[in-house]
Amino acid sequence: MGMTMTQKILAAAAGLEKVEAGQLIEAKLDLVLGNDITSPVAIKEMDKMKVSGVFDKDKIALVPDHFVPNKDIKSAEHCKCVREFARRNGITNYFEVGEMGIEHALLPEKGLTVAGDVIIGADSHTCTYGALGAFSTGVGSTDMAAGMATGKAWFKVPGAIRFHLVGKPGKWVSGKDVILHIIGMIGVDGALYRSMEFTGDGIHNLSMDDRFTIANMAIEAGGKNGIFPVDDIAEAYMKEHSSRPYRIFTADEDAEYDEEYTIDLGALRPTVAFPHLPENTHTIDEITEPIAIDQVVIGSCTNGRLDDLRIAAEVLTGRHVAEGMRCIVIPATQAIYLQAMEEGLLKIFIEAGAIVSTPTCGPCLVTWGSWPKENAVYPLPTAILSAVWDM
Amino acid sequence: MNAKGSVFKYGDNVDTDVIIPARYLNSSDPEELAAHCMEDIDKDFMKKVRKGDIIVAEKNFGCGSSREHAPIAIKAAGVSCVIAETFARIFYRNAINIGLPIIECAEASKGIEAGDEVEVDFDSGTIYDRTKGTQFKGQPFPEFMQRIIAEGGLINYINSQR
Repeated sequence: MGMTMTQKILAAAAGLEKVEAGQLIEAKLDLVLGNDITSPVAIKEMDKMKVSGVFDKDKIALVPDHFVPNKDIKSAEHCKCVREFARRNGITNYFEVGEMGIEHALLPEKGLTVAGDVIIGADSHTCTYGALGAFSTGVGSTDMAAGMATGKAWFKVPGAIRFHLVGKPGKWVSGKDVILHIIGMIGVDGALYRSMEFTGDGIHNLSMDDRFTIANMAIEAGGKNGIFPVDDIAEAYMKEHSSRPYRIFTADEDAEYDEEYTIDLGALRPTVAFPHLPENTHTIDEITEPIAIDQVVIGSCTNGRLDDLRIAAEVLTGRHVAEGMRCIVIPATQAIYLQAMEEGLLKIFIEAGAIVSTPTCGPCLVTWGSWPKENAVYPLPTAILSAVWDM
Repeated sequence: MNAKGSVFKYGDNVDTDVIIPARYLNSSDPEELAAHCMEDIDKDFMKKVRKGDIIVAEKNFGCGSSREHAPIAIKAAGVSCVIAETFARIFYRNAINIGLPIIECAEASKGIEAGDEVEVDFDSGTIYDRTKGTQFKGQPFPEFMQRIIAEGGLINYINSQR
């Protein structure tokens, strides 16, 4: 029996010829990630360990992005804890305000995540880097502490679900619509404990931003990770952003999948998840009654990239945010912010009556940009409304 | 090792944001987090819960954000065990890593009701509903995870290996 792409990466990182679903392994880590919410807990745990410092100061990324810029004294103290830990241990990849971005948009952009890597992050959306052909998965703070100290983590080798993508998406269909369609189909626990392996020629019709969005939300179907094969588009991205060598793994022909689905990208329609679960999806054609919206956020680790901002700007050109509605635009990194400014996108947003914020998780996690309780929607990247859905 | 207490019962997909809402994550103090435990799904939870009580839920308990603050809040609230049909995988890891006992058991998840007096024998994985006089067999942990739990969590386990 052959191995899936995920299983091959894990076998190599564990120093094993072969692994199979359900096997417990210890794998070497290429990167350990934490943010300003999860790192302070990890730092406290690491203090209890019999170690003198971190396993490798170049293989840890600390990104204060959740309560940043700090909204109050308590959140400032969390960031201070992370900042001091980074200084004390000489952490190379600590990103201060002014340098930071939303972690899952920032790390690939900085070239810290490449194909073949094994990455853990104390944030559920760490699965984003599967877009580049890496194994990456979200963990908690204690796993992060153990990873920072030892450079290793334990994993149960996952079984897999294969999503064979064919065809070309229509103009208003993006990576978000693809992954919402899948979550609507299999449910929020449809991929529980398993990897989501994307294959097929349709992948060539998805930009890197689309793929990051799709892999980012694997966790919203309960998946351990989401992973894409490495093609010329992914290689070009890595060559542009990273000087690190990458390793391309491919699934065996006879790899075993628990379930297989074929998805025609050309047949997908713009899709939205209604409160309160990402599986509660509806295509634009199914929404027959107008729905009043109080606040729109265009941002987050799922949708704060350039592709998203360009689509939003195209929609908002010559239009104005409706009276009584708030529209908040959050470019996910400083580089995206700068590029959006140079392309004139920020001007379009501001003229349309939107506000443009510094990179932060912000309203997605309700660290700022909150809304009255009676208007509460599912406060995760999964339910953030992007402007394209108004089309 | 045993757990014994009254049951608080919840349904499918109890996510970490109702276990401990994000607005309280500017703290990492277990007692402070516990003060808001389950606030957005059961606002009187902290008024009613007694040390040793047990949470029983259905599918995919602990889904959503990876925040370890969720199992930390539950443990600090005095809950002795969480029983569910399935757990979201990050919550599952986190619970083991911090030493919060959890058990997967579909039958117990269906058969136990709110307020039942329940006892769990972790060595055998048996769940007894003393109110109804029924019993269920939970899914035992693999040996490797049992060693982590026996050491009181991942950090102690790693220290013991050094």
